[in-house]
Amino acid sequence: MKVRIKFSKEGPVRFIGHLDIMRYFQKAIRRAGIDIAYSTGFSPHQIMSFASPLSVGHESCSEYFDVELNSITDTEDIKNRLNRTMAEGIQILQVAVLDEKEGNAMASVAAANYLISFRDSVSLPDDWKEKLTAFYEKDKIPVIKKTKKGEREIDLKETIYQLEIREDQVYMLLDAGSGSNMKPGFVLETFCAAENISLPEYPFRVRRLETYKRTGEGKLVPLIP
Amino acid sequence: MRTLALSDEILMQVEKPARYIGGEINAVMKDPEAVKVRFAMCFPDVYEIGMSHLGIQILYGMLNSYEDVWCERVYSPWVDLDAVMRKEQIPLFALESQDPIRTFDFLGITIQYEMCYTNILQVLDLSGIPLLAKDRTEEDPIVIGGGPCTYNPEPICDFFDLFYIGEGETRYRELISLYEDCRDRGLSRQDFLKKAACIPGIYVPSLYEVSYHEDGTIKEMKPLEEGIPERILKEMVTEVSDTYYPDKPVVPFIKVTQDRVVLEIMRGCIRGCRFCQAGQLYRPVRERDVEFLKKYAIAMLENTGHEEISLSSLSSSDYQKLPELIDFLIEECSRRKVNISLPSLRIDAFSLDVMNKVQDVKKSSLTFAPEAGSQRLRNVINKGLTEEVILQGAKLAFEGGWTRVKLYFMLGIPFETEEDIQGIAELCNKIAAEFYDTVPKEKRNGRVQIVASTSFFIPKPFTPFQWAPQCRKEDFLNKAYLTRTAIMSQLNQKSIKYNWHEADASVMEGILARGDRKVNQVILKAYEKGCFYDAWGEYYKHDVWLETFEECGVDPDFYTVRERSEDEIFPWDFIDCGVTKAFLLREWKRAAEAVVTPNCRMQCQGCGAARFGTGVCFDKHAGVTEIQTETEENGNEGTN
Repeated sequence: MKVRIKFSKEGPVRFIGHLDIMRYFQKAIRRAGIDIAYSTGFSPHQIMSFASPLSVGHESCSEYFDVELNSITDTEDIKNRLNRTMAEGIQILQVAVLDEKEGNAMASVAAANYLISFRDSVSLPDDWKEKLTAFYEKDKIPVIKKTKKGEREIDLKETIYQLEIREDQVYMLLDAGSGSNMKPGFVLETFCAAENISLPEYPFRVRRLETYKRTGEGKLVPLIP
Repeated sequence: MRTLALSDEILMQVEKPARYIGGEINAVMKDPEAVKVRFAMCFPDVYEIGMSHLGIQILYGMLNSYEDVWCERVYSPWVDLDAVMRKEQIPLFALESQDPIRTFDFLGITIQYEMCYTNILQVLDLSGIPLLAKDRTEEDPIVIGGGPCTYNPEPICDFFDLFYIGEGETRYRELISLYEDCRDRGLSRQDFLKKAACIPGIYVPSLYEVSYHEDGTIKEMKPLEEGIPERILKEMVTEVSDTYYPDKPVVPFIKVTQDRVVLEIMRGCIRGCRFCQAGQLYRPVRERDVEFLKKYAIAMLENTGHEEISLSSLSSSDYQKLPELIDFLIEECSRRKVNISLPSLRIDAFSLDVMNKVQDVKKSSLTFAPEAGSQRLRNVINKGLTEEVILQGAKLAFEGGWTRVKLYFMLGIPFETEEDIQGIAELCNKIAAEFYDTVPKEKRNGRVQIVASTSFFIPKPFTPFQWAPQCRKEDFLNKAYLTRTAIMSQLNQKSIKYNWHEADASVMEGILARGDRKVNQVILKAYEKGCFYDAWGEYYKHDVWLETFEECGVDPDFYTVRERSEDEIFPWDFIDCGVTKAFLLREWKRAAEAVVTPNCRMQCQGCGAARFGTGVCFDKHAGVTEIQTETEENGNEGTN
């Protein structure tokens, strides 16, 4: 049966890349003694799929992956057993058995929301909040997006479902679909470029708050509702 | 949550920031207020190399099992971070607490290969610890060196407060308790070092003086004060099944070189290959009890979640209960979907059968290490492998479906002739021919692939070849050229690929390996001129090294190409590794005559290691007739 696991990634472990996080969980599942299913063939591997890679340096309180299990005690037991063998900064938040017809984590991802703050090294104009609001209120924000296949023009506005200023931070709900994923840093870089705000390297602190899928009715709900 | 020593901006700009964050599974956190001693354990190379080293995992676990000690890890920052730390004056820190190394009580550095010597200076320098022991104050940590290179500590003795000679399990408790006691009594650093020098296995270089003959060889080495021992006998674990072994090794977040559970099945080697330093240093052979190994294998797999387990020893085929251990592991590991990796197995029917069981159908290549091309030269080095055995092993392997064979040889072995080099090519050719004779045409899937690699032989201390001259760079390269030409002229040359190494670094390794105290200044100056990460080809600056030797007025040839006389006092003679100099000299003479010496299980050769009262020397089941006693040789030892 298929089980979806939600975890957080905070503190020093934010510097561990996505592939290493996958390796980390392969070992964690062995340590926790969870009866995971293996692929058949010459070099069997755990049947595991991650929802959405998180950039190195970003924190998150809503990472997800799916595993296929041969047998299951109960979801609370799986959560506890994993939490007993977690590194500092990684915590299992939720474990849920998936419905047979549920799509895999990666294909299900439709959106994600983030809280972004500017690092001290960034010097912002006093009226940056008004400027950012005005930037977001435009009907269209044409921008060139670099992809693996080359460059293409997109409308940034279409990928931003929501943008709000929360004290000194920026809250954004962005498209996170596999072909149309928008990175929060890219939104703010585009804004800063438009306003001639020069940015140092690594100007933002990013925290992913939740990862969403779309229901049949088109509503966004967390990957574990 | 821990605060990191490095800012986000720095971590985001360096390669693999996870090297510097600590917090891995099984990393040990303690309350700094609740311990008396802070110990930083260092492997002076990049994280992925250092984390793959078993010795550090053993000592880390053992020291942390002491309630009053917190042992943390530190590795060489990679060149990118090194530059940032120098520019921004960030002190080097330990991974666990992220606290500066300079605030620790001890900095222990394991020294596994000569080409890391400049990295030792990098670690000291970045920590803000004076590079020379004589410049250190009460505020600085006690800097300890350990590991195989410390059997000749002299080329790096200026940088260390003390060396721990031998296996780490035995004397650390005593050393740390002494330190605590000295501190409680308000004694100075110097007082502590003098007392430490009287603990067996501990060498405090500042308490000794060396005088030289006019030709630069050593006249005498003696302690500066009464009560300081003249000779240092290596420390050794006598009961390897009743000693500390880590059941919770640290599991790195990033992929490291040895990303698996390592089970050390025995220490030492019965073989006595004359080029091999480890084979002499770790005598006598001590096997761990098979039940001990089974218990630790399971515990380590459960505590790490690793997907692979590897057996470690100098010659795993010589472990007497290997079949029982492997049967156990095969059963446990297949249930757990864990791979078994079996290095250093002799190729024979048993090992091929085992490999068939543990490896999948995608057959990896088989490795032979004949080391020398002709039987005569294999006798010189006492490598008991015969051509017949190699060909028989290859035949079995080809029948079993293997089609790739790797062969390791050395060039520049003492008494080597052109015929011996020719022999390398001929042996490769015969193995290829064996394939075509064994596997019928219709069953072949292309050619057999034979990959022959040569390294350049470097004489090491405490081996029978410690008297031997090392080849010059030109000789090395000429030998590699001869090998290549010889291989090209073989009938099956299209099935043979030949790789050889750069010669520059081999020359330097030779200087450092048999160096004396005069080499310290050269290492220091080379480091100051920008040499470090010398073990990494792309960072090794041969020209700078040679230039530095010249500037310091130290002749590199003195350490390498010179043939040493039988009565020369070597810089490392004050260390007693158990094996006597008289035995090594006997072996050096037998090498010159190309006479093979039987291994420890066949017949005791009276090497001197029996004095430890343990291991193969007392293994009655192995058919050892009697232990040779060494009264005459021990007498001679005193004059060294």
